[in-house]
Amino acid sequence: MTDLPVRVVPCLDVRDGRVVKGVSFQGLRDQGDPADLAAAYEEQGADEVVVLDVSATPEGRATRLGAVRAVRAALSVPLTVGGGVGRVEDASLLLEAGADKVAANTAAVRRPELLSELAARFGAQCVVVAIDAAATGGAGAGSGYEVVVRSGAERSGIDAVAWAARAAEAGVGEVLLTSVDRDGTKRGYDLELLRRMRAAVSVPIVASGGADSPQHMAEAARAGADAVLAASIFHQGQWTVAGVKEALHGMGVRVRREGTGGSGEAP
Amino acid sequence: MRTSVVAVVRTGTANLASVETALRRLGRLVEFVADGDAVARADRLVLPGVGAFAAAREAIAAQGLADALRERIGEGRPTLAICLGMQLMARGSEEAPGVPGIGALDAVATKFGSGRRVPQMGWNRVVPSDRCRIVPEGFAYFANSYRLPAGARAEAAAACAPSAPAAPSPEPSVGGWLPAWSEYGGPFLAAVERGAVVGCQFHPELSGAYGRALLSRWLAA
Repeated sequence: MTDLPVRVVPCLDVRDGRVVKGVSFQGLRDQGDPADLAAAYEEQGADEVVVLDVSATPEGRATRLGAVRAVRAALSVPLTVGGGVGRVEDASLLLEAGADKVAANTAAVRRPELLSELAARFGAQCVVVAIDAAATGGAGAGSGYEVVVRSGAERSGIDAVAWAARAAEAGVGEVLLTSVDRDGTKRGYDLELLRRMRAAVSVPIVASGGADSPQHMAEAARAGADAVLAASIFHQGQWTVAGVKEALHGMGVRVRREGTGGSGEAP
Repeated sequence: MRTSVVAVVRTGTANLASVETALRRLGRLVEFVADGDAVARADRLVLPGVGAFAAAREAIAAQGLADALRERIGEGRPTLAICLGMQLMARGSEEAPGVPGIGALDAVATKFGSGRRVPQMGWNRVVPSDRCRIVPEGFAYFANSYRLPAGARAEAAAACAPSAPAAPSPEPSVGGWLPAWSEYGGPFLAAVERGAVVGCQFHPELSGAYGRALLSRWLAA
């Protein structure tokens, strides 16, 4: 377990300036305004917010800087932004717009030097590698998980755990680890994937994909996650962030509970 | 009114938007500055956290800011140094051996030991010493691989006081600086304050209500 309280991180999948969330990256549907949701989650005690731009088109991508600015204006906790980070300049624009960390995914798999370039320019604490991983089903050697790119559309054949280790070596400060198999399924995080990743890297790991309850989050924390990311359970009002934190606390998982609606604020 | 303007040092890579947003939210205007004269002139100045120690120190030197920063810190003029900004106040960092810091704090930044996640990324409890006026107690957001050890003498180079022996453990006041501590594989300096000069290893601009409380107190100091 980590020494810091486990971070609870709502994720906003943003397409053309609106929050959407699908099942296994399919069937996207509208959920709301990113800045409104971000502000609500901070009020509920979110430790951080992630915005993933899932726009498919260049026009959609152009609107994301506006969305990042709007979320930043509404948010006073850390903001990680991913999606379409292919060059140092992309990251630079996102940081100027108000991101605190940038997450690189497909482009980094295609050109791993991108990660060291980002780390050298902005520092490790600013650079996240987003890894979408899927079980190989026992085929081949390695961890049993491979990297999937292009928002789940293409299997790369690259071992997911080896890739994370290489990214950490290149200087990234965090791994945002999404199980493609679990994403949107509500069956819980892929704990085996988390354990294997935990054994391979010493940078923080954000678990993503499959959360439907605080129980799932507690399991992820025990499997080595430093932060637990979820989207649907928050967007659909199933749980508030504060409710999740109370439940985690009740299960013996250390969380930051001040800032969850007024109590415990600094004097 | 001049006093409603806060100058923020632009060193090239920091997350300036977060700092700017936090200050605006508290009703201040933000002016970005990048030269020694502006740093010397500013009523109230923020030195934000940036990526790497050597690069940041180089940028500060190239922009001619080091002397102006050292001087205003020595004179106790309102200055807030964040994250790497706080480390730049020190004598140097393990991250960049041989590269001198500003030297206002008699300490050297060292890397967190193994056995911990590095970087430290997340919310950690900050415990201020009794006489701290600006740094509150509570959870603040950190994102750092290096930190100033808690036992270090935090002594102003500008002050003429005879040097005290290195403290083996945290003590209430060192070299005129009031410390605040956090624990991450042992205690480290989470913040220091002396009058209206504050250095914090964490990010007040990203620390929600805790950060707003700190910034409000600093803006009033």
